Amino acid sequence: MSHRNDRALTVGSLSRVEGEGALHVRVVDGRVTDVRLQIYEPPRFFEGFLRGRGYTEPPDITARICGICPVAYQMSACLAIEDACGVRVDGPIADLRRLLYCGEWISSHALHIYLLHAPDFLGYPSVVELARDHRSIVERGLAIKKVGNAILEAVGGRAIHPVNVRVGGFYRVPTRTEITALAAPLQEALEAATATVDWVAGFPFPDFEHSHELLALVEPGRYAVLDGVIRTDRGIGFPVRAFEEHIREEQMPHSTALHARLAGRGRYLTGPLARYALSGPWLLPEARAAADAVGLEPVCRNPFRSIVVRAVELVQAIAEAIRLVDAYRPFAPAAVPVLARPGVGYGATEAPRGTLFHRYEIDKNGCITAARIVPPTSQNQAAIEDDLRRFVQDRLELDDHRLTHECEQAIRNHDPCISCATHFLELSVERS
Amino acid sequence: MTRIRVIGVGNPYRRDDGAGPAVIAGLRHRCPPTVKLAECDGEPTRLIDLWDGADLAVVVDAVRSGAPPGTIHRRSLRHPSFGRAGCAASHAVDLGDAVALAAALDRLPTRMLLYLVEADNTSTGVGLTPAVEVAVAELVDEIAEEVTWRATRR
Repeated sequence: MSHRNDRALTVGSLSRVEGEGALHVRVVDGRVTDVRLQIYEPPRFFEGFLRGRGYTEPPDITARICGICPVAYQMSACLAIEDACGVRVDGPIADLRRLLYCGEWISSHALHIYLLHAPDFLGYPSVVELARDHRSIVERGLAIKKVGNAILEAVGGRAIHPVNVRVGGFYRVPTRTEITALAAPLQEALEAATATVDWVAGFPFPDFEHSHELLALVEPGRYAVLDGVIRTDRGIGFPVRAFEEHIREEQMPHSTALHARLAGRGRYLTGPLARYALSGPWLLPEARAAADAVGLEPVCRNPFRSIVVRAVELVQAIAEAIRLVDAYRPFAPAAVPVLARPGVGYGATEAPRGTLFHRYEIDKNGCITAARIVPPTSQNQAAIEDDLRRFVQDRLELDDHRLTHECEQAIRNHDPCISCATHFLELSVERS
Repeated sequence: MTRIRVIGVGNPYRRDDGAGPAVIAGLRHRCPPTVKLAECDGEPTRLIDLWDGADLAVVVDAVRSGAPPGTIHRRSLRHPSFGRAGCAASHAVDLGDAVALAAALDRLPTRMLLYLVEADNTSTGVGLTPAVEVAVAELVDEIAEEVTWRATRR
């Protein structure tokens, strides 16, 4: 059956908060003629919700877009609103934001590595079966994740949709005791994350390379998360405020989500592989050592090995959190004043799965008149489709069940939100 | 002392998927202070952390099984008929996976009661449909009585 020259794989859809996904692959005469990853992007609705709301509200409203990366939405929103109001926040408030963001990276990366991605490589249908055979390994992953959650709770007020973030800074500054309580668990997590790099580097990886242009924030001197300019590995660079001049979103007939492309150039990839390629020289020594120990090259082009890069970023986020915790001293005020003024503001930060761009237009009363959110998922959509097209072409001998599984794995290489959805997708096959 | 947690799973921004959090909101000031109330998006490790070590965990979630909207399904952990396929979990992996993972890691509460509310509308937006609103009010009364009795009995 599976060796027929003409076949169509259709992976059905499921409604999710982060996105509705479906996969369709068509094969004619032994050639892959069409790959369509259909994702519905909920942020479009949020852009509508935001119009008419007060300029201080986006951090709380947009945090609801994703339960896994609410901090990314809060931070990009804060930066964009502050930009519109002519305020730049730095010093201890920026450091505390970075610590909060480390918490989200730790939590999100540990979730993706251990619960979503690792079972693929080890031949388990899910983390449940993995846990039955390798309980201590899964417990290690959960322990790392818990440290990330502890940071989110200490700084953000709670682990899901933190409530302590506001435009200009925070509502409340954590006490020194609350933050130093994180030090010992972080040290344990550093050891566990370093062991994670070693563990995932030993997985069997398909021989596969992508050719996407890689795009990420770059802040010379440190691994960019909350600041910097946007650069690609092929020499393009522009400030965040020029994002919309360089990134064009195109309507694709098969999807209600827009496909983002670099103007005049084409598809690109954002996320851990891009960040590691562009900010790799500024990894902290602990993360550099972990990467070197497993022979991770300066630019990794095998998307399946993104799990190794993600584990290196886990070490990076923990090592950075340790430094921020050590240096932390309570400060006042908890936020700088941000007064509304009419204008347009831009913000971009590195969410765990890639660059997240926000733009807001504000009127003289502080009312939002327009909002735009470009999440990493839609930016990566064309790259994921290209991965799938080339990946499937070389694996047409696989039966539909196996091929579908490997396609899902190829999707999971890039995006935990889509990965969540693909866990539920059911395959139906139609023959032409 | 009996350690009791009541966990409302769901997303209030997906209408009836917010049934769980709505029950938690209704239970505030209706339960003894020793009963811990929590909302959760259903992410399994958070669920496990919430119920780990509890003598009783009461979990409320939305479900889509084909029953009339507002129907309340009551299950205890010992009922294997609760499966993942019908869950309207609006995030990541669902409640069934969280239970299975917790079982594999030996981190289930001593006893778990599941209350699953049949959803009608889980599209984007806020507010429950009338049938689900009625079910939520009924569940608030029922769970308040249940956990108060368990928390205060000698």
